[in-house]
Amino acid sequence: MRILVCVKQVPDPNTVEYQIDPDTKRLVRDGVTNVLDPGAEVALEAALQLAEVDGDSTVTVVAMGPEDAEDALRRALAMGATDGALITDDGLAGSDALGTAKALAATIKELGFDIIFCATESTDGYTGMVPGMVAELLGIPHLSFVRSLEVRDGVLTGQRVVALGYQTVQCPLPLLVAIASGSHEPRYPALKGIMAAKRKKVEEYNLADLGLAAGDAGESGARERVLELRAVEERQAGTIVEDDGTGAAQIAALLRQRGVI
Amino acid sequence: MLDFYAVDRLLTAEQRAIRDTVREFVDAEIIPQVRGWWDRHEFPAAIKGRYGALGLFGANLPEEYGCAGVDSIAYGLINYELERGDSGLRSFASVQGALVMYPIYAYGSEEQRRRYLPELAAGRLIGCFGLTESDGGSDPGAMRARARRDGDGWVLNGAKMWITNSPLADIAVVWAKDDEGIVRGFIVPTDTPGFSAPIIESKMSLRASCTGEIVLQDCRVGPEAILPEAKGLKSPLGCLTQARYGISWGALGALEAVYSCARDYATTRTTFGKPIAGRQLVQDKLVRMLTDHSLGLLMAHQLGTLKDAKKMTFAQVSMAKRNNVRVALNGARAAREILGGNGITTEYPVIRHMLNLETVDTYEGTHDIHTMIVGREITGVGALE
Ligand SMILES: Cc1cc2nc3c(=O)[nH]c(=O)nc-3n(C[C@H](O)[C@H](O)[C@H](O)COP(=O)(O)OP(=O)(O)OC[C@H]3O[C@@H](n4cnc5c(N)ncnc54)[C@H](O)[C@@H]3O)c2cc1C
Ligand SMILES: Cc1cc2nc3c(=O)[nH]c(=O)nc-3n(C[C@H](O)[C@H](O)[C@H](O)COP(=O)(O)OP(=O)(O)OC[C@H]3O[C@@H](n4cnc5c(N)ncnc54)[C@H](O)[C@@H]3O)c2cc1C
Repeated sequence: MRILVCVKQVPDPNTVEYQIDPDTKRLVRDGVTNVLDPGAEVALEAALQLAEVDGDSTVTVVAMGPEDAEDALRRALAMGATDGALITDDGLAGSDALGTAKALAATIKELGFDIIFCATESTDGYTGMVPGMVAELLGIPHLSFVRSLEVRDGVLTGQRVVALGYQTVQCPLPLLVAIASGSHEPRYPALKGIMAAKRKKVEEYNLADLGLAAGDAGESGARERVLELRAVEERQAGTIVEDDGTGAAQIAALLRQRGVI
Repeated sequence: MLDFYAVDRLLTAEQRAIRDTVREFVDAEIIPQVRGWWDRHEFPAAIKGRYGALGLFGANLPEEYGCAGVDSIAYGLINYELERGDSGLRSFASVQGALVMYPIYAYGSEEQRRRYLPELAAGRLIGCFGLTESDGGSDPGAMRARARRDGDGWVLNGAKMWITNSPLADIAVVWAKDDEGIVRGFIVPTDTPGFSAPIIESKMSLRASCTGEIVLQDCRVGPEAILPEAKGLKSPLGCLTQARYGISWGALGALEAVYSCARDYATTRTTFGKPIAGRQLVQDKLVRMLTDHSLGLLMAHQLGTLKDAKKMTFAQVSMAKRNNVRVALNGARAAREILGGNGITTEYPVIRHMLNLETVDTYEGTHDIHTMIVGREITGVGALE
């Protein structure tokens, strides 16, 4: 099977306090530690497990981002992916979700695939829209919130997380799955994997390679506009009721006052 | 990684990736549990499979023997991160890599390498290294263990003391003198009749590591057991150079652990209306610790650069082991002081590291022995013998 995994590089959520540039209203990505999105690691783990069961599979990781997004790809290669594709072009800066999806879909068409893995949402942008858009652009089914899966005779059977529990679904390949967060425990890149990663191939693509024009993606192509960003209002401190024997009555009065009871 | 002098900038992307992966592993799988292991005087045997899967055993040996083939600085960083968790759990990997796999790699036959190294790298076999005897570990040339020729094989007799991993090992690399009085090395499967390894109980240091004796009573091994290229005391000493190199990095990991704990504690602990971190006496201790860590890390990094360029001398290794372990031990003692009464419970990592480092200061050549190795080097006059 030809397995593709879309992986994004994000500012390290464990060490970086996310900041928004007030002028561009974009996340500050310069001068911070960027890592392979922990959510993408979960999707990659699911893909690697599928490849291990299948035996005769390759796992290609695809990232769109600045040049140094190659570090995120190297980490994915160290975890066990076979090779990588990096979509990078100054003209892609400022892409919105649709622009990102167009660039990913164009690359994926070049690469060929049986199944595409994404995470449900990225840790930074968090729109959760890219997977569905990529599937739409490729004209293939999109299974969202997938927590487990297997493929037999070209048909995927998987469990989706739904409001009431788990839904078992079936779908023939080719398709795209968005993996539910926390559903797989990503492996550590083993030392041998890290050493091997530097010898693995990462192919670079730019807008021209993909046959995309400036207006298709990037800042100029972005039709979504972020108008305003506001910090979440800090909550007011709660009321502390000290129990002098009338505590229960005081709480009941408060609840009644707010119309809870 | 604690890195006041930006040593990180000297690292390659790969060295960083290796450090980060080991760091994540230590944070997730060692630090949350080590206190329990240490308190119970228990070696967590299951960890061998985890080390094997990650490639931590003999990581600097070549890929063709199932190892990761990392460079010396990456190897040092692995030791650093493991010892940030616990000196005993770093020792576990050091013994397997530097004292068991290295001699098989350096002094073994091709057949021995192919047979043992991949198994040891994967953690399917565990080894130990038997050099020290009960009297005078500093003077291994005075060893009493003997290897007598017997047909095409050998008969081993003797007793080794303070042997890391011996009670749980599958194979032991044992050093003994042959009929001509030359030190030879043997790979002895621990189920060989005449081999036993009683455990040493009640250690107050390296409690998460398993230490034992090795008793050899007419222990007969075949011709395939001897390491053909190991002749004379310089062979086991060559292994020690490898291990000491790793320790000079490892001790700094322990220093990071105690420093970070003490700094965090000092900034939140308040007396007389102010955090103790705001007192000159406390700042003096913290600054000394951080300075020692920075100097030690720069020394270790340069030592690694020299090692890969095949320019490292044993006196340089002695200096780094001697210095870095002692500053870590002193730092742990200072951290213990900063934590006051809390410093003496294993609820905080400080006293565990402090007690562990007492062993690290002694094994692989005591602090004073290394003083005399460097002293001889710079004066030309030996004080040791
Ligand atoms: C005007 C504007 C400018 C923006 N500028 C930038 C910018 O400069 N840089 C930037 O990073 N974001 C930028 N964004 C945000 C951008 O829309 C999203 O980061 C990006 O389109 C992906 O959306 P998301 O992160 O919400 O992905 P989600 O839909 O939440 O991601 C779900 C999954 O899709 C896949 N995926 C998403 N993005 C990528 C990718 N880049 N490479 C590989 N796989 C991916 C991954 O599997 C991911 O887990 C901008 C947004 C707007 C509106
Ligand atoms: C937990 C633990 C694990 C160990 N693991 C191993 C192992 O796996 N394999 C192994 O072979 N060994 C191992 N050792 C042994 C260790 O290497 C020895 O303890 C060490 O070499 C010191 O030897 P000794 O204890 O016999 O002390 P001694 O050699 O008796 O030294 C006692 C004191 O005398 C000082 N001294 C000795 N000679 C001189 C001199 N000429 N001049 C001035 N001072 C001197 C020393 O510095 C020291 O302070 C381990 C030890 C411990 C505690």
